[in-house]
Amino acid sequence: MLKYAVKRILQLIPMLLILSVIVFSIVHLIPGDPVSNMLGPDVPSEMVEAEKERLGLNDPLPVQYINYMKGLFTGDMGTSIVTGKPVAEELAKRYPPTLILAVGGTVVAALIGVLFGIIAAVNHNKFVDNLLMVLSLTSVSTPSFFLALILMLVFCLQLKWLPSIGLKSPLHAILPVFTLGITAVGFITRTTRSAMLDVINQDYIRTSRSRGVPKRVITYVHAFRNALIPVTTAVGLRFGSLLAGATLVETVFSIPGVGRFLVDGVLKRDYPVVQGTILVLAVTFVVVNTVIDLLYAAVDPRIKYD
Amino acid sequence: MFKNPVVKRFMRRKVSVVAAVVMLLFILTALIGPFFCSQSPEKQNLTMTYAGPSAEHWLGTDELGRDTFTRMVYGSRVSLLVSFGGVISGSIVGILMGVCAGYFGKVVDTVICRIVDILLAFPGLLLAITIVTILGNGTQNTAIAIAIFSIPSMVRMVRGIVISLKSSEYIDACRVMGASNARILATHIIPNCMSQIIVNVTLNLGTAILTASSLSFLGLGVQPPNPEWGAMLSSAREVIRTTPMQVFVPGIAITLVVLAFSLVGDGLRDALDPKLKNS
Repeated sequence: MLKYAVKRILQLIPMLLILSVIVFSIVHLIPGDPVSNMLGPDVPSEMVEAEKERLGLNDPLPVQYINYMKGLFTGDMGTSIVTGKPVAEELAKRYPPTLILAVGGTVVAALIGVLFGIIAAVNHNKFVDNLLMVLSLTSVSTPSFFLALILMLVFCLQLKWLPSIGLKSPLHAILPVFTLGITAVGFITRTTRSAMLDVINQDYIRTSRSRGVPKRVITYVHAFRNALIPVTTAVGLRFGSLLAGATLVETVFSIPGVGRFLVDGVLKRDYPVVQGTILVLAVTFVVVNTVIDLLYAAVDPRIKYD
Repeated sequence: MFKNPVVKRFMRRKVSVVAAVVMLLFILTALIGPFFCSQSPEKQNLTMTYAGPSAEHWLGTDELGRDTFTRMVYGSRVSLLVSFGGVISGSIVGILMGVCAGYFGKVVDTVICRIVDILLAFPGLLLAITIVTILGNGTQNTAIAIAIFSIPSMVRMVRGIVISLKSSEYIDACRVMGASNARILATHIIPNCMSQIIVNVTLNLGTAILTASSLSFLGLGVQPPNPEWGAMLSSAREVIRTTPMQVFVPGIAITLVVLAFSLVGDGLRDALDPKLKNS
């Protein structure tokens, strides 16, 4: 187990390096001159040159990359072209709200999804099963920004139960977290349902049933524990898409998170901001995936790793 | 009535049939709908902004007094173009990569798998946003973003099938009879992946419509004045309290179409492979 853990963590290093190369390359892949893109068309070419020199864009590519990496290791992600503030500082402020949304959303999705999945599996091919499957597909098909607007209209504007803008208190978090969670419910419901169906048809479940163990105990204790493994993977995978999907919810609820920062950066061609935000989101996702893989190995002793 | 067993199995489930009808209606609207519209999707009428439904404007008007119904019809064309164009071109690339990885193995497999890993390190919408950052926004670039977005799942699926088919006896038999790699791939392996490819493409189409409208909602996808459902929803959200209809019309349309594609995809999977019914 320890050996596997070390190996898995070591595997992270090349992945993170590749990510850094890609994020570094974004500026260089943009067609045309990024600096004149950023400064606008009316800026004289001497100013463009001076800005290029200042940003070090005239150095050879490998030198630029090494400087970029040096900066990353010392917590320097460059400065925003629009505000002139360090990107790292702004990111540190904007990271917690996004993380709250993504983690909260994952928890909501896992709770509802697992419950729906179990109920659907127990009532396999009955009306409840079909209803839950259509519901879960609807949850995946509804754009989160549309759902967010509906919930906002109902709970903030009509009923006035909840605040609609920002993320200042736990009360503010309810709607955004719920909205984001709903988008992932379908996927988790389906995974739980099929994992449960697999387990329910196994011999040891039939044995328990014939011994007179109550159905509730069989479902929630015997079967669900063994269905947990594919469900854990599904939940982990969803975390990543919620991290990125938070962008839409942040936009609707005006939450100052990483996603909104990214979109504003793209719209204003503020490339240091874009690089920083993409790197932070991708690294978070890759690290979380590794952690889930390790949890997995710790939870299930049957799985052998080489 | 239907001789083909796949069609017969598909028709047995009512939900899938309804979904297929919705899907066909959407495609038909996108293809021929604009010919039946008497108004232009870009014609403004600033004296008639945010009007309610009327005989002249069935679904009311937007912030510039443009007819929402006409914009919805033209918008379906944009969605169809971006999603089909993107998913189909992405799938072709994905199938080729998957087949090469699975069939040739070794270095080819390692390289392709690493590329897919890298694409997958950018979760969900982030990959699409990254691509749009590099290419810039607009209809064509949104389609390219969708194409790259749909590559990973296709590669993984096709690679898996090819690896399991490669070691089957009938492929060995072909090889013994002197068939070339190209022949084995084209006449035996790819046709055998087809049913799963069709299912994957259908499901990806739904996701693509959702992703494209999300990009446009954020202002990173299809640009105004082009009518796009996500962008229409975005510009109407300021007035959700007074004219919620302008938000609900595109929102419900996106949900319905995406749901239809998902249900058809599910129905097709069950119909094409009855053994998988429970999973």
